[in-house]
Amino acid sequence: MNRQRNEPNSHAAEAPADPIGGIRAKKSLPRLRPCAAVAFLAALSIAVASAAAAEDHPHGQRSITDTTLEWPSWVEFVRVLSLRDYNTRVVVLGTVLLGTAAGVVGTFAYLRKRALMGDALSHATLPGIAAVFLWLGSKDLPILIAGAAASGVLGVLAVIALRQVPRIRADAAIGIVLSVFFGAGMVLFSFVQQMRTGNEAGLQTFIYGKAAAMLQGDAVLIGACGLMVISVAAALFKEFRLVCFDQAFASASGFHVVFIDLIMMALVVLTTVVGLQAVGLILIVALLIIPAASARFWTDGLLVMTLLAALIGAVSGWLGSTFSALLPRLPTGAVIVMCAGLIFFVSMLLAPRRGVVASLMRRWMLQRKIGYQHLLRALVEREEMEGEDAAIELRRLLRARSWSPKILRRIIRRAVREGAVVRVGQDGLRLTTGGRVEATRILRNHRLWEMYLIRYADIAPSHVDRDADEVEHVLSEAIVRELERAMDAVVNVPPSPHLYEAR
Amino acid sequence: MNTTELERRVDARLSRPHDSSDHDVNCPVSIHDMTVAYHRRPVLWDVDYAAHEGRLIGIVGPNGAGKSTLIKACLGLVPCASGSVRYYGRSYRSQRKLVGYVPQRESVDWDFPASALDVVTMGRYGRIPWCVPPSRRHKAVAMHCLEQVGMAEYARRQISKLSGGQQQRVFLARALAQDAGVYFMDEPFSGVDAATETAIVRLLHGLKDRGKTVLLVHHDLQTVTEYFDEIILLNMRIVASGPTKAVFTTENLQKTYGGRLTILEKAADAMARGEKQ
Repeated sequence: MNRQRNEPNSHAAEAPADPIGGIRAKKSLPRLRPCAAVAFLAALSIAVASAAAAEDHPHGQRSITDTTLEWPSWVEFVRVLSLRDYNTRVVVLGTVLLGTAAGVVGTFAYLRKRALMGDALSHATLPGIAAVFLWLGSKDLPILIAGAAASGVLGVLAVIALRQVPRIRADAAIGIVLSVFFGAGMVLFSFVQQMRTGNEAGLQTFIYGKAAAMLQGDAVLIGACGLMVISVAAALFKEFRLVCFDQAFASASGFHVVFIDLIMMALVVLTTVVGLQAVGLILIVALLIIPAASARFWTDGLLVMTLLAALIGAVSGWLGSTFSALLPRLPTGAVIVMCAGLIFFVSMLLAPRRGVVASLMRRWMLQRKIGYQHLLRALVEREEMEGEDAAIELRRLLRARSWSPKILRRIIRRAVREGAVVRVGQDGLRLTTGGRVEATRILRNHRLWEMYLIRYADIAPSHVDRDADEVEHVLSEAIVRELERAMDAVVNVPPSPHLYEAR
Repeated sequence: MNTTELERRVDARLSRPHDSSDHDVNCPVSIHDMTVAYHRRPVLWDVDYAAHEGRLIGIVGPNGAGKSTLIKACLGLVPCASGSVRYYGRSYRSQRKLVGYVPQRESVDWDFPASALDVVTMGRYGRIPWCVPPSRRHKAVAMHCLEQVGMAEYARRQISKLSGGQQQRVFLARALAQDAGVYFMDEPFSGVDAATETAIVRLLHGLKDRGKTVLLVHHDLQTVTEYFDEIILLNMRIVASGPTKAVFTTENLQKTYGGRLTILEKAADAMARGEKQ
């Protein structure tokens, strides 16, 4: 019993390895991975920044100082929402499929702890896009995507290669590749802008994302790729689950882990590069991480988590493309990430069981229960010494424990309301008959646990009270029965071990 | 299920592959001349070993002796610098379904979204073709395995909500679901409560009675004689191996634990250095 139990705590195990101090503040969030939290915050701040920056990039003939967004008319609003235009329909469908695919693939990348790899990958696509454009002068989406994929894969390979170098950790490798490739892309990009061919503006959408800039053909391509990604992930669900949970066991049961990893990475690459135009390369990683991280709050099952992540991705994609159609100057990627971020915050706060509110509620309820039980126990212990008729004054109760008058009054109010205690005179308290039964049960559990600790856990009688205090409130009926068996306890309340000690 | 396993074993004995000269086809696990190196630094030297069928075999040795590495090398999880492993005289690749594995409990993230039953069902995956989800029958087998380790009532519980001992039992149930002939277990007794320890021991005896061979990395020297028929004393090389009573002697233990193997270690260091230059 006194063997130390090695509770697995992935969070604690990961945290020290992560050099970013900011994650410590996230400790209260139950199972949010540090890397995901960092990526999420980064993505969100970029989303806000690029939403603001969008106003500084006027297109068309408007003056530089004109920073107004053109609000759509109601007619336009209804047209877009009801998907009346064929073009809108295609674009919305494309982004919805993209969001779904990203949610599905993101779930596995998140569980495989490869989510940040997606960030390195997406940033590494920029030099590819710019180089293809410089070289071929083409703005056809398939060609640009091919260039993006090539340099993205190169980036991933660079990360893997850097990790083989001694003394370079995974996070450093990702950071180095991400920034160097992005820097190289920016350099190439400035050459593109110097070309002054007049049509370089389209490339900007690959950085910030603009669903409205999609041609119908592009949307069809994106949707088709999304469908393909979803169906491959569905087919390999079993294999992905196994590799994500326990790669050594997967390998020992005859699965080719490297091959499965490669397929998974290929799906991430495909989702990323086809999503560049709609979401933008800076923010696409958010579409991989946030739906998965949000979905994790709602469920403990992989299938439900995957479906939920797909749904969250789809909703984000739909809202993003709709807003982009209504307000063409708004960067779609930023809108999509803001939607996903909102869903994430709601999930984190409100999810049953794993959510922050739920866990705060649980803690509060437990504290309330503990306070209540402490009061009843203090009262019944007084009775034990002074007889049942004695009413106990508040100030003596205050001395019995280290509780503040305010909290004690609140506990007493509750006990009176529940009929366990009656007020006597000005400041006195007495147990009711029902309250005494309850209090005796509590006292009995406390004493049983104390005796158990003294006998089996080698805890000194003088210290046992505090240890018993923490545990007795969560003892279930089954454990109490077990304690009774262990202590050969009779039905009534065992005497206090502290009295033995005094004698 | 048992018939197929038996057939396979008989097949293995009948069809002697040409490279079986050094490996006995009646031997569930035979390790020949195995050397394993991490980053060119050898951690296991020239391991030669042949296990007997239907025994509980403990792998015992100090920290860093290469106990886990031995298991992982047998399973092809780490590459061998030289040497080979055979199961009933055939390579691991062709006998995969004959080999079960219980990794260290700490090797996975228990916050994974899966129930105990989900994890145990993973033991069946090796028998299911690619892209095919596990059938109801596979899940029933998994449930049966959970019952065998006394965890049936926790089948639907999320694995992070299980205690350390319960998690270990889930891993054992998953290995049972593999329905293998040879089991490798990496410290299944570490960090478990007394109840789980007895449950595991009972399970091991059940496996043995059914003719399975179990190789188990073990830390607690006090229980070695009680638990195992045979032991391997390991410290970068096999110090001694054989029936527990004969091998588990003060002298052998001193050889295994006492004094670092200075020359071996220096040689390993030299090799690691030589690689860097």
